[in-house]
Amino acid sequence: MADSPTPVAELRAGDIPAGWSYRSLTEKITYIVFYRRSRLPWFTGLALCLLLSLMFCAAVGYLLFNGPGIWGIAIPVAWGYAIGNYVWWIGMAQGGTFISAVLLLVSQTWRRSINRSAEAMTLFAAVMAGLFPILHLGRPWFFYWLAPYPNKMELWPQWRSPLVWDFFAIAAYLLVSLMFWYAGLLPDLASMRDRARGRLTQVLFALAALGWRGEARHWKRHQTAYLLVAGMAAPLVVSVHSVVSLDYAIGNTPGFHSTIFPPYFVAGALFSGFAMVLTLLIPMRRFFHLEELITPAIIDNMAKVMFAVNWVLIYSYVAETFTNFYSGDPYERYMSLDRLTGLYAPVYWIQIFCNVIATQVLWWRWARRNLTVLFILSLVIQLGMWIERFIITVQPLHRDFLPSAWGAFSPTRWDWLTLFGSCAFFVLLLLLFVRLLPAISIHDLRGQLHEQYGSSAGKPGQQSGQRSAEQPT
Amino acid sequence: MNSHPEPVRLYGLLAEFDSADALLQAVYRAREAGFHRLEAYSPFSIEGLDEALGGTREYVPLITLGGGVLGALIGYFLQWYSATINYPINVGGRPLDSWPAFLPVTFEIAVLGAAFAALLGMLALNGLPRLMHPLFELEEFRRASSDRFFLCICSRDQRFDPQATRGFLDSLGALAVLEVPE
Repeated sequence: MADSPTPVAELRAGDIPAGWSYRSLTEKITYIVFYRRSRLPWFTGLALCLLLSLMFCAAVGYLLFNGPGIWGIAIPVAWGYAIGNYVWWIGMAQGGTFISAVLLLVSQTWRRSINRSAEAMTLFAAVMAGLFPILHLGRPWFFYWLAPYPNKMELWPQWRSPLVWDFFAIAAYLLVSLMFWYAGLLPDLASMRDRARGRLTQVLFALAALGWRGEARHWKRHQTAYLLVAGMAAPLVVSVHSVVSLDYAIGNTPGFHSTIFPPYFVAGALFSGFAMVLTLLIPMRRFFHLEELITPAIIDNMAKVMFAVNWVLIYSYVAETFTNFYSGDPYERYMSLDRLTGLYAPVYWIQIFCNVIATQVLWWRWARRNLTVLFILSLVIQLGMWIERFIITVQPLHRDFLPSAWGAFSPTRWDWLTLFGSCAFFVLLLLLFVRLLPAISIHDLRGQLHEQYGSSAGKPGQQSGQRSAEQPT
Repeated sequence: MNSHPEPVRLYGLLAEFDSADALLQAVYRAREAGFHRLEAYSPFSIEGLDEALGGTREYVPLITLGGGVLGALIGYFLQWYSATINYPINVGGRPLDSWPAFLPVTFEIAVLGAAFAALLGMLALNGLPRLMHPLFELEEFRRASSDRFFLCICSRDQRFDPQATRGFLDSLGALAVLEVPE
């Protein structure tokens, strides 16, 4: 845009550089959907993801015919990749809700340019998460037996089981995330409707916008409802991942049966979620030229929050291991020793490298502002967090109480296909999202512009003068 | 605007502004001048604009609370009824109404109910969805979702008079005053 008196790199987090107007913001963000020609990288990505998603469908189809025996799971390791993947995906989802809900509640304005894409990420990750426990059921077509409904078998779900809590938690989380996302999207859908040129896009956006007009009282109710849903989404995030951890912690297997699991899982979830948002934002910012809206200061803040949560996670690793030895329980002690030195120890040490050692680079400001470093680090964290869930799931199971019942797990090609296929499907949804819906909350940014520049905000070209008049240096 | 041979029935007169503060000032002035049927449109939520318009009773929080309480009751009742009345089964000697184990599901359904109530309550109170509205007939109104701020004095207002009100809106410094046909 216009030349800015303050370089973008030195802006406070959430501030919009001078030179932007309400109109140029609207145009910039709707342009990505309406007018931008799809370039080769996007098409290549889409084609690749489509191909891999087809592979995912094939893997799921094969699973439906043959059952989970096609995976590497066998007693005693009855939980394998599917459960690990599930926890990985749902954990990632939580980070998005944290950014949009918790940062809203604590008035962090820098969430405004990242919350939309974070929520979309949440939604898609939660969808992927929801698939895996169902695929793991053995007879996935009976998954609705988890729901309480009047049935001929005259049976009810077992309410004392964490697996049933999980079903409710995931379902509620998915629906609440969807509503929260849609509520935030509503005014922007109206902007899309008003700027659409083709008849079909006009009609589709008009239907989606529900006739939003931006009346003052409507805004008031909208903001109240949005804040309230955010207020409920915040404890929901904590509850969902706590319930996920109870799937493990209520079992009596050494390594599962631990009271630290709920907070430990929530920390891990936020950590991987922030990493995922970074993985997503850094390329998006570059490909769609959003450098002035997603500023280095925002990325820096993201990295700081991620690093803080990282330390909670590191504390959890230490506390878990310490408690296992301190408990004096021989099985717990053996499990911990086996984790450090046993069959899966190499994998465990990769996890420690990814989640504990590699992240220490975030102490330095240059690393938090270097997008290449952050992007690579975010991928390393994804790997580390996936391994963490793999270790939590598989390693305790393969060495439980009776040595005669010990076993080992090794993944089959179907395990890998399902994992990578789900990643491809997730990226496919994201690629479609950025081209079909406004990827940044336009009305929030207009509000930001108003807060920053007051009544001069609407008029392009006048703010730089206004701004330097406010700060006579 | 087309000029019609006979006067069109108006929904109201729409004044266009280019900043939030100008709209806010215009709303204050219109209220002072005794207008009550006012609508203000903006591309983002403006602090204090609804109070300037006379304020609204806040029903959304109450509705949300209602949805949450209803969700919690339904959630708990579902578990209590199925576990103690409809299909009592002794699991390891635990009480049939094992309430601590029923809380996670109760909580999730409560949050779900509250979120549904918040969103649907907000939409219902706003009279949405409403796909047809007189304002949508105006090409200029499209900018209400981008960079323009509008004040509408509705023809239902007792003080409304097509000529005098137009003059009043002009005196507020509006960029343009538009007729909104009903």
